[in-house]
Amino acid sequence: MYGLGILSGMVVTLKNFFRKPFTVSYPEQRLPQHPRFRGEEFTWYEERCTGCASCAKFCPLGIIRIVTHPGGTTPAEGDSYAIDVFDIDIARCMFCGLCVEACPYDALFMGSGFEEAKYRRRDLVISVERLRAAEKRPSTWYRPQLEGQAYDPRRDGSLPWQKAGREPWPYHLPQRPQAEGEKTTGEGTP
Amino acid sequence: MNAFLAGNSLMRGLYCWLAANQGNAQECSPGWQPGMAARDGLLPAGWEWLAFAVTASVAAFLVLNLFLLLAMFYTYLERRLIGRFQVRIGPNRTGPWGLLQPVADAIKLLTKESIIPDGADRWLFNLAPIAMVVTMFMVLAVLPFGEGTFIADINVGLLFLIAVTSVNALAVFMAGVASGNRYAMFGGVRAVAQLISYEVPMVLSVVGVLLLAGSLSLVDIVNAQRVPFLLLQPLGFFIFVVGASAEMNRPPFDTLEAESEIVAGYHTEYSGMKFGYFWLAEYSAVLTTSGVIATLFLNGWQGPLLPSHVWFLLKVFGLAFVFIWVRSTLPRVRIDQTMAFAWKFLLPLGLLNIFVTAAEILVLGQPQGEGRVFSTGGLWLMAGINVTVTIGSVAVFSRLVSLRTPALPVPAAHLSRVEAR
Amino acid sequence: MTTGLGLSAAPPGERYKRLLPGAMSMRSEPVTVNVGPQHPSTHGVFRLRVTFDGEIILDVEPIFGYLHRGSEKLAEERTYTQVITLTDRLDYVASMTNNQAYVLAAEKLAGLRPPERAMYLRVIAAELQRIASHLMATGFLLNDLGAFATPLMYCFREREKILDLFEMLCGARITLSYMRVGGVFQDAPEDFWPALRKFLKEMPGYIDEYEALLVENEILVTRTRGVSVLTVDHALNASVTGPMLRASGFPWDLRVVDPYEVYDRVRFDVPVGKAGDNYDRFKIRLDEMRQSLRIVEQCVEQIEPGPVRAESPALLRPPAGDAYARIEGPKGELGFYLVSDGSIAPYRFKLRAPSFINLTVLRDLVIGWKLADMIVTLGSIDINMGEVDR
Repeated sequence: MYGLGILSGMVVTLKNFFRKPFTVSYPEQRLPQHPRFRGEEFTWYEERCTGCASCAKFCPLGIIRIVTHPGGTTPAEGDSYAIDVFDIDIARCMFCGLCVEACPYDALFMGSGFEEAKYRRRDLVISVERLRAAEKRPSTWYRPQLEGQAYDPRRDGSLPWQKAGREPWPYHLPQRPQAEGEKTTGEGTP
Repeated sequence: MNAFLAGNSLMRGLYCWLAANQGNAQECSPGWQPGMAARDGLLPAGWEWLAFAVTASVAAFLVLNLFLLLAMFYTYLERRLIGRFQVRIGPNRTGPWGLLQPVADAIKLLTKESIIPDGADRWLFNLAPIAMVVTMFMVLAVLPFGEGTFIADINVGLLFLIAVTSVNALAVFMAGVASGNRYAMFGGVRAVAQLISYEVPMVLSVVGVLLLAGSLSLVDIVNAQRVPFLLLQPLGFFIFVVGASAEMNRPPFDTLEAESEIVAGYHTEYSGMKFGYFWLAEYSAVLTTSGVIATLFLNGWQGPLLPSHVWFLLKVFGLAFVFIWVRSTLPRVRIDQTMAFAWKFLLPLGLLNIFVTAAEILVLGQPQGEGRVFSTGGLWLMAGINVTVTIGSVAVFSRLVSLRTPALPVPAAHLSRVEAR
Repeated sequence: MTTGLGLSAAPPGERYKRLLPGAMSMRSEPVTVNVGPQHPSTHGVFRLRVTFDGEIILDVEPIFGYLHRGSEKLAEERTYTQVITLTDRLDYVASMTNNQAYVLAAEKLAGLRPPERAMYLRVIAAELQRIASHLMATGFLLNDLGAFATPLMYCFREREKILDLFEMLCGARITLSYMRVGGVFQDAPEDFWPALRKFLKEMPGYIDEYEALLVENEILVTRTRGVSVLTVDHALNASVTGPMLRASGFPWDLRVVDPYEVYDRVRFDVPVGKAGDNYDRFKIRLDEMRQSLRIVEQCVEQIEPGPVRAESPALLRPPAGDAYARIEGPKGELGFYLVSDGSIAPYRFKLRAPSFINLTVLRDLVIGWKLADMIVTLGSIDINMGEVDR
């Protein structure tokens, strides 16, 4: 009434005028990213992968293609299938992470980047060579053992498979045994 | 011609350089400027008309280009400041702090295809942006930018200004109707209603200034302001600012191009530099209107210490900041409420303002010559009365006047359309 | 008179003639305009074929389906876990509540009961999502009112903070897939709780700021008070739910009348409007944000350590049967109906989309009002085309 509401609104905008902008100039500045961020490029440890194709079966879109032949060995798991083809078509991927959740051997991790823009759709298919050669910066999404180590993919850099740890807990069981080296209490835990 | 040059230092120098000491140019009598006393002009006698034409063209060219530069800077400033009001950064990629953003915008607009829709009236469609820009720039002809700096000081300056700015409505209507687009037509029809309605309270609010200054010339009005007319005419100032923001299609009265309702209103179909003209006209309208408000109500170029041009620019950009601030705060008024606001709220207030001002001049002013003069005490008394009247009348009117309208009953025949199908 | 539109009606000028005899001899005819599917304020790809008499709306015909993706059919070919990713994309500004409604339905079907901590985490996440969704609704409503994006930017600033919290929880910001049948996928990280407390401390101040900016604003009040009134009877007959129904004055909130998860352990009020006009529909969302903050605060106090996932096989095969679960989503009653034939995928997946059903009253609300009011009414209904078209 009497224009006072308009005036109080004007005061609010003037107050915000002197606030620091909440946006950032993206390529130079970046927002902090949580280690759990489900990123675009996948991290795959061949040493652990047995070629069971659980990831391919659990993918809601069926965009993981795996071709194997018998006769491989993995240092971690013993006998396994050798991988011929491991294509992840991230052009169609929706980064739900169900493949990572499905992997029984902790071989597949989400990545931590988000800048995979390409000019051609076929460049968006992550091939097995690219997975092998890629820098390993796994997201801690669905990998509590990494969170226990307080690993941050943007800060800490490449992680070899020996350090990535194994989760002894089958994911469908309710109670997770305490992983080795995991923090048990934190100040923020309610 | 002499009256034209009187007090106009912007044009006098050039004119005298061309046509001094011709015997018929008293303006350039020896001593018009120290050090250039006894110099002859370049042109022979009898050619003053050419000197005059050249001077006027050069002055117009200079003013126009300087103004365009200012308008470009203003577009940058507006986007940047609105960014800050919205707690974001604003354009910052082109040049240092994004200062070259208007240049980048201009290049983009110039390189875009200028599309004329099939259903458009080609002549009117092409004419509208030009009409809009030209009328906007004609205001510059009478606006004093500083002490003795203006293109023309005509004795009906204010009348000219009002007449020229109302052509704007025609340009917008032309654009809206010629586009052959229903959104554009909505914008054009709204333009006619809104722009013409707001002319009335705007003109009424200016009458108070005229009564006090006793002249239509903008230079005289500035000189008459011993106290800024903002203090003597707060109600007139309020009405003029509201009316001006409606005339400029500035929020909260931007119903002509209401983005959320009618896409872009009258310039929905425009692209390329024709759209750029509308854009330019709208942004430069803020500057010219701020200039007019500064001249009429804020003492024009006058001010202590700083040069007069700097004072004028400071006032213009201060007012522009207020317009930007309002734009970034207020939601849009609905079109029928916009109209109701003009006719039910501003018009009676404008009449009240004229009545109060005239009565005060009669009571407080002492007759002197043709007009009346005021003592300093009388001026302050007048300011006090007027501020009280403003606050009181705005409060009373916002109680009395309701802008809400109920839904109109729709004939049942229309409602049965979907069921009948 | 017969117009080019095939309307046989008295010319709209008739009623002015009745008001001002002899004054109106101008011939006029209705104009039909397609508002959308590409229009700045149709909230996605929604199309309205509107017949105008000048600015006044004579008829509205909503046309939708531009964003139809066949979610219900797609779900029949996916396992119960995979369907969660489809629910993310229904109402894409409120993925969390979609997840919640779906997993509740699937749990009912499979006879699972999630652990306590999982239920608390779900409620915290869902209430944060409600705040985020209401922030979007308020911001875009003000954009529809023509406020040049300032309230929208302020709302987005706070929504970003909620999305940051979601990123901590589940690694994504929009398409969350946080919940699983029988719990949530993983416990919240250590740094989530301090961040959440900080948000809970700051947010009431920001809501105060919105109220100072908007609630008393004369322009907003003049434009929305008394406009497009939805009566309680009309709302109930049209099975309108959510903030829209409560704005009409009917205190119906599934969190109270049919509590699910842990809503029976927290105390909160159900804000109710008076008139059911656009203003009440705008105001009630601001009030609900405060209540959501209250719920989250109480949940943070009550939550205790424990497992976050019930014991369930990796590939869920619920026994044959059907189940319907409903929650109070940000836009209204969000329900999922699942039919199982004992296989790994649902036999039928049916969604009760609140904004689709709330949208059905649009035509009755806007007829007789003006073009600008129609846009605002559409914004106050708070539709989301991902959910309407599915």
